[in-house]
Amino acid sequence: MEHGTTEPGTAGPENQAVPDRPTPTPAPGTPAPGAPSSGAPAPVAPATGAAEEEHRPSPREQERERFRRSRRRRDTWIAALSTLAFLGLLAAAAVASPGWDRVHGLFLDAGEFRAALPEILQGFWLNVRMFLVAEALILVLGLAVALVRVTRAPGLQPLRLAATVYVDVFRGVPTLLLVFLVGFGLPALRLQGTPSQPWVLGVIALVLSYTAYVAEVLRAGLESVHPAQRNAARALGLSGSQTLRHVVLPQAVRNVLPPLLNDFIALQKDTALVAVLGPLEALRVAQIKADYDFNYTPYLGAALLFIAVTVPLTRVADRLQRRAAQRTRAEAAR
Amino acid sequence: MNEPLLRIRGLHKRYGSRTVLRSVDLDVAEHEVVCLIGGSGSGKSTLLRCVDLLDVVDDGTVHLGGTELTDPRLDADVARRRIGVVFQAYNLFPHLSVLDNITLAPRIVHGVPRRQAEETARGLLARLGLADKERDHPDRLSGGQQQRAAIARALATEPELLLLDEITSALDPELVGEVLDVVADLKQRGMTILMATHEMGFARQVADRVCFLEDGVIREEGTAEQVLTDPRHPSTRRFLSRVLDRR
Repeated sequence: MEHGTTEPGTAGPENQAVPDRPTPTPAPGTPAPGAPSSGAPAPVAPATGAAEEEHRPSPREQERERFRRSRRRRDTWIAALSTLAFLGLLAAAAVASPGWDRVHGLFLDAGEFRAALPEILQGFWLNVRMFLVAEALILVLGLAVALVRVTRAPGLQPLRLAATVYVDVFRGVPTLLLVFLVGFGLPALRLQGTPSQPWVLGVIALVLSYTAYVAEVLRAGLESVHPAQRNAARALGLSGSQTLRHVVLPQAVRNVLPPLLNDFIALQKDTALVAVLGPLEALRVAQIKADYDFNYTPYLGAALLFIAVTVPLTRVADRLQRRAAQRTRAEAAR
Repeated sequence: MNEPLLRIRGLHKRYGSRTVLRSVDLDVAEHEVVCLIGGSGSGKSTLLRCVDLLDVVDDGTVHLGGTELTDPRLDADVARRRIGVVFQAYNLFPHLSVLDNITLAPRIVHGVPRRQAEETARGLLARLGLADKERDHPDRLSGGQQQRAAIARALATEPELLLLDEITSALDPELVGEVLDVVADLKQRGMTILMATHEMGFARQVADRVCFLEDGVIREEGTAEQVLTDPRHPSTRRFLSRVLDRR
């Protein structure tokens, strides 16, 4: 039974308090010169119970640590300098290009930027609201579709079929096309109670498209929970639905949290597709501004706003992904 | 002896075309500990799964305290509440703390209030030497600790019958003892246990009776002393000499 890196001492029968022994793991890519085989007195902590006070690193270990530190400093410098050189090269290439003056004036006009930003920001607030409403609906509907697809109740056969067809169709249609179809098609039906505000129609289209993706992610999560977990729950007397709610679903969501977050990020960006229906969201506002002054700097402003939201979300997703990978490794090592 | 707590008659189980259990008859009286021994694939685990209705039997009956568990009209969820199971691979719920693992079934199946369920669970944890682990998640525990937590989980619903499916097979040798001590303690307290095991020494120590299975058939059944030291059936003798030679 191994626990990877997290906790020392749990592998013993009972946790005999084994203090952390500084295990000489060389830093990645650090060829400690002649480390293990040199004739220097081996600094192995005595394993006998009584003499287990604070371990003091031997001179050999101190020297190794100094070497590793200088290596790390050198690596940091190399990374920083190469990044700077690369960015400088890119900037130089852009500035040296024949159309640079024109691009600079059309896309990087500070005055335009300042003038347009407040209204774009106001438009962006609509993007955020559309995102929040759509996301809530998508999670609920996506879970429902996923559950329908994994259950085996005979009475749900028609629903199961419908869910399968739904997922196949709506994952296959480009989201922009769906925005057009719903945005212009739904009002044309002239049904009682059909919404007419463009942003609502846009949200409906996004929900239809993303629910199909999220349902598939959640279904994969539900299927990733080991059958033994179900057996253990059933053996305790939990009913099928209790097993699902208390044992399977929490683990399923935990397993697919990173891909789920990736879909959120994509959705946040895709709220801009609703611009084609005309509501005053960030992209639409930027477009109006750009057309008005024949200057494209407002587009840059809208782009920066989207980045400001998606980059932190991406970092969170990355971290979750790493944690999930670590957990999987820890579980596999058992 | 009056009516046994568990009565198995003519039990048949097939997986596809392979017959795993052939007309198995077995009784377990109240407070009795019965050990199933036999090579892998002999049907020990399948027998336990059939008793807990995790597998559907192909023929025969299983009665628990007068109720026929194999009656398809019976609600399997209700029947399972009377039986506790501990698996070879622990199967603790990784997303719940040890305490929540133990209180889940009492709370949501039996409707015990959380406070009371936790009190009972703490009592069990203390008894099994896990008092300081209640807040930990299973992946923070050693194999022996996980298996003891799984036993606590099975006991929390106060089952009439405990099924133990090779609960020490996944453990490092030095952790086996701590789990077997728990089982010995349960026997002391009068728990009725049907267990599949590879630990012959332990079987001799705690089992009231030992059954030797081969190819889904009970070849020999008797007191632990008799079956393990003076086996009558040639295949029991072969099995025991194979197992004991390896030590």
